[in-house]
Amino acid sequence: MTALLEVLHLTMRFGGLVAIDDLSFTAHDREITAIIGPNGAGKTTVFNCLTGFYKPTVGQLTFHGRGQPLLLERIDGFRIARAGVARTFQNIRLFGQMSVLENLIVAQHNALMRASGYTLLGVLGHPGYRKAEKAAIELARHWLDRIELTDRADWNAENLPYGQQRRLEIARAMCMEPKLLCLDEPAAGLNPRETAQLGDLLRTIRDDSGIGILLIEHDMGVVMGISDHIVVLDYGRKIADGKPDEVRRDPNVIKAYLGEPEEAPLPTPVKADLAEEGRL
Amino acid sequence: MAGGVLGEVAAPARSIDWAASLKEAALAAAVALVLFLPLIGMQIVRIEGGTGLQFRLGWVAIGVALVFVGRLLLILLGGRSADLLAAAARPFARLPQLLAPYSLWFGLAGVTFAFVLPFLPFADRYVVDVATTVLIYIMLGWGLNIVVGLAGLLDLGYVAFYAVGAYSYALLAIHFNLGFWECLPLAGLFAASFGVLLGFPVLRLRGDYLAIVTLGFGEIVRIVLLNWYPVTKGPDGLANIPRPTFFGMDFTRNPAEGETAFHEFFGLPYSGLHRVVFLYFLILILALITNAFVQRVRKLPIGRAWEALREDEIACRALGINPTNTKLTAFALGAMFGGFAGSFFATRQGFISPESFTFIESALILAIVVLGGMGSQIGVVLAALVLVLLPELGREFEQFRMLLFGAAMVGIMVWRPRGLLAHREPTIRLHPADAGSSP
Repeated sequence: MTALLEVLHLTMRFGGLVAIDDLSFTAHDREITAIIGPNGAGKTTVFNCLTGFYKPTVGQLTFHGRGQPLLLERIDGFRIARAGVARTFQNIRLFGQMSVLENLIVAQHNALMRASGYTLLGVLGHPGYRKAEKAAIELARHWLDRIELTDRADWNAENLPYGQQRRLEIARAMCMEPKLLCLDEPAAGLNPRETAQLGDLLRTIRDDSGIGILLIEHDMGVVMGISDHIVVLDYGRKIADGKPDEVRRDPNVIKAYLGEPEEAPLPTPVKADLAEEGRL
Repeated sequence: MAGGVLGEVAAPARSIDWAASLKEAALAAAVALVLFLPLIGMQIVRIEGGTGLQFRLGWVAIGVALVFVGRLLLILLGGRSADLLAAAARPFARLPQLLAPYSLWFGLAGVTFAFVLPFLPFADRYVVDVATTVLIYIMLGWGLNIVVGLAGLLDLGYVAFYAVGAYSYALLAIHFNLGFWECLPLAGLFAASFGVLLGFPVLRLRGDYLAIVTLGFGEIVRIVLLNWYPVTKGPDGLANIPRPTFFGMDFTRNPAEGETAFHEFFGLPYSGLHRVVFLYFLILILALITNAFVQRVRKLPIGRAWEALREDEIACRALGINPTNTKLTAFALGAMFGGFAGSFFATRQGFISPESFTFIESALILAIVVLGGMGSQIGVVLAALVLVLLPELGREFEQFRMLLFGAAMVGIMVWRPRGLLAHREPTIRLHPADAGSSP
């Protein structure tokens, strides 16, 4: 188990609003790291910084994916994806008018692009491209089998039920053969059975492919059940970091989720009044 | 407006509210009156010493009365008018999907027909000429389909590339004495570089904004052509553009000294039709090459990336697709085919001027792509046939033919809002086509 992603002093400001405030944490491979926190805590902003959709105001994001460590805050979003960081979106972003299989093939764009000689060889029908395409279909089929969508491979993605769309988006990200998989609320809108399936899928992905998973999730059942490591955010600040059991007992976390316990002492005059009425 | 009003009135109109219906119809009649008064009611006539206005109030009254009655009928039919419309459209709704498995046969039949057309008994010069025009628009439609249909980038200035292709060929042929076949790739290359030139500033734009910028680009090119007199001869246009040759043989009655003309080589009597038919076959082959290329590229990673970009650009970036390169290749390749078509246009006409490259051409090509069904190759053929042949067939109706044309376009959009053939076949299948695809 080695460090896959090191986030150091990450800060993101939008004008006067501080969405993330000096956040540092490490995600390892062969581990599921969950980022949790109340709504508006800045979880998705962390993802957007990681995957190049935002440029962080301050901070260093070091990714130990393939070979040399990469500083993610310095490169374009699509290059981050090429380096091995795949992500899914809170509001599913599939290619709706394309078939399920096509969605999975598009995810292998860069490998296929090289095989097609940047289109030139492909237009001429070079056998090398045909072989690469076959391999791409095999990989897609492997993931279709795992998410149990093989029968619907030729459906348009937009015609799938919601739960299957969620699974397809994960499969699409996995077809990129990433080193780090970032999932933004994958269990949102799933029924309990689908949620359980999702948990199994994520666990097998972690164990079989040896990649790291970074997970944003509200469903505490999922988070506590499958995470190896949890980072808790509140108002952009890290308030806890550790194993599920530790985090679950952390008073700061309980406070952030359930609010302040009402133990604040009552002002003295009120106390006196209440005592007079015999209610205290 | 009519649609919205109809919708509101239609739903609750089970028990007829006569007062409201009459009021509604009167309102429609009033709008019609305002429109018809200048359109139908006034006619400019020649009188001694100039022109004058003649009023035709009788016609206006007839028009307004028709609108009143028609509107009233629509209201009285209530919700059923929409139902009737839907019922009329229903038989066609699944047609494209049912025909999809046979599209190869339709394509083959179409190509065969196109190849024998000039030899059919009714094919005189006029027919072949019109067919050539249709083919130019089919080729332009297929080229623009890359940009609009596949990559989803709304381009209202496509005619600019057509113009660049035409002027490239004309200038190269006139000044450097190059033949059609040498100029063709060069013209394509020039047009493609213009595509990239347009592509760069609009990389971040989508939809309406992109449409406005491309519209401006088309106009810039036309205005430059109009004003750069030393090179383009401005509004005078470029004349005496060399005609294409058949393996070096001219299509002239009396060829230059030491050269052989087409009819002499084949021992045929001279006929002006030879060149027309040759041009027809030339554009047919160019169009088929365009089609083959687009069909092929659609199944390559770049083609799938275009479609993915159309569907969701953010997801594309998250998958490691470089949006800049993908968009620029779409612009460049689309422009290249526009350039090829432009060269053909120049050699066919023998004369070009900026007047041939106005915005209305862009609009027509875009209409072909949209009416055909975005991204559908056969749809483009159908739409080009409709949009080019309809005004031709309508010639007998004189000034009403544009009205007819407009009515046809409205009709298509009402009955098939996503284009004539909106069905999209996946570029790759895991299961055979009849094993059941999307519901």
